[in-house]
Amino acid sequence: MKVWPIYKKELRLYFTSPVAWVILTAFVFVTGLFFWSIFSYFAQASMRVMTNPQMGRDLNVTDGIMRPLFDNMRVILLFVVPLVTMRLFAEERRSGTIELLLTYPVRDGAVLLGKYLAAMTLYGVMIGTMLAYPAVVAYFARVEWGPLATGFLGLILMGAMFLAIGLFASSLTENQIVAAMVTFGILLAFWIVGWTAEFAGGSLSAVLGHLSIIEHNDTFAKGVLDTKDVIYFLDFTVLSLFLALRSLESRRWSG
Amino acid sequence: MIEVEKLTKNYGPVTAIRDVSFSVAPGEIVGFLGPNGAGKSTTMRILSCFMPATSGSARVAGFDVFRESMEVRRRIGYLPENVPLYGDMRVAPYLDFVAEIKGVPRSARRARVAEVMERCMVSDMQNRLIRNLSKGYRQRVGVAQALVSDPHVLILDEPTIGLDPKQIADIRNLIKSLAGEHTVILSTHILPEVAMVCSGVVIINRGSIVAQGPIDRLVEQFFPTARVEVEVTAPRGAALEGMRAIPGVVRVEPLASGDGSGRFLVESARGRDVRGEIFQLAAQQKWGLLELRQVGMTLEEVFMRIVAGEERDAAAAAATEAEAQA
Repeated sequence: MKVWPIYKKELRLYFTSPVAWVILTAFVFVTGLFFWSIFSYFAQASMRVMTNPQMGRDLNVTDGIMRPLFDNMRVILLFVVPLVTMRLFAEERRSGTIELLLTYPVRDGAVLLGKYLAAMTLYGVMIGTMLAYPAVVAYFARVEWGPLATGFLGLILMGAMFLAIGLFASSLTENQIVAAMVTFGILLAFWIVGWTAEFAGGSLSAVLGHLSIIEHNDTFAKGVLDTKDVIYFLDFTVLSLFLALRSLESRRWSG
Repeated sequence: MIEVEKLTKNYGPVTAIRDVSFSVAPGEIVGFLGPNGAGKSTTMRILSCFMPATSGSARVAGFDVFRESMEVRRRIGYLPENVPLYGDMRVAPYLDFVAEIKGVPRSARRARVAEVMERCMVSDMQNRLIRNLSKGYRQRVGVAQALVSDPHVLILDEPTIGLDPKQIADIRNLIKSLAGEHTVILSTHILPEVAMVCSGVVIINRGSIVAQGPIDRLVEQFFPTARVEVEVTAPRGAALEGMRAIPGVVRVEPLASGDGSGRFLVESARGRDVRGEIFQLAAQQKWGLLELRQVGMTLEEVFMRIVAGEERDAAAAAATEAEAQA
């Protein structure tokens, strides 16, 4: 499998074009803004606790800072991930480079995996910048590292699924905007499907509830590691990658 | 090296190529000719394993392009028509990527990339972003990526399109230098180019092969006579009669006539040069001989005749069909 050259090429393209830098800058800026406001709010709450110690029972860093931060992070990623993946196949199709790429001695699966891992790496760097926030918190207060670790694991697993869906959407079109919109539409649908669950009733409600991203991701931030949630994200990751592979191969079916 | 048999490709209801068969011997450079939309690119895309044919088979370097696609892909270098390259990569890293993915071993890669850049005359641009290169350099980088793994077979779709004359000459010399060690199939519609570079041609029109073989044989086949163009100051009738009487002359065709002079096309059996006799005739009759020129029949005329002939046939067929319907 020649995943490695593809991986290197994609990573190079991310970082020699402005794409990765713009995404990283915007991401760091927005997450920083969120962290600042959450942190300031927590600091104020801590101040009030000093005058009224009774309130202090529920005040802790995990619930007060890290969980809200992870909550907001999920929303930001909903917007950012389509931008990370939209280029991967759509651009190759538009510029025609896919014709060369797919006539090199490399399997479709290796192309797909190389691109996926490159996107995953950029995503990892994005998530990596977030480590700065617990580090800041740890300077002032005691951080519970367990829930923090599961919280990050939750983000990584969610990202794996988002990126796989994005990659699939990108393989469908030669228009990057279409790819981004399709990705965003699918992700948003997974997002809000949980809200409709309340009103559906019966077993449909249970099914819709299980499909919801939020329901499966929130547990990670609480520090709970449930195989049900892990499987959920891995399932959709594998399914999306499989669909992307079929979509790549489909050019061999036609005619 | 390349064997194509009864290849047919449909895009939905549209038939792009129909029963295309030809073969290219090892070390040969073959020109693949045809008007736009004739099916050149489709054939090349099938040969390069980019897409499958609807029916028929093609073997490249002894392997079936569909069933043993990986083996074929390891042995070819392909340059698609519009030279798709990654604009955001620099020349040398791009070629290094292609070399790696085509399986050039790590130890040989740097030297190989340097060599191919030298050969394709892009060394001075190796640190430029491909996006910023001129058309000519992009084209050469495209040829370089096809050559970088030193493949047995090269499939080049319009390698000289959009270049200036100097660049065309450079690329042409490059391709010529590949003969012998590589088998090359290149498509183009610049016919003089084919005559200069290729040993044989395959002409395709409307999705079907209409002629193939060595160029001089094709010329002979389509133009069995030697031709001389003459301009003399003489009465038209007398000139026609005089020249027709020369032994070996098959046909004399008046072309145009001005004041007291006329142009004629004299056809004679191949290998029979009638220019001397025409001069003698003019001298005897005291005609002024203004021009006497051998007309070499080129591939271009063969091509025009084939393609135009096909079009006439098609138009005639359409007319008959319309009549039958009416």
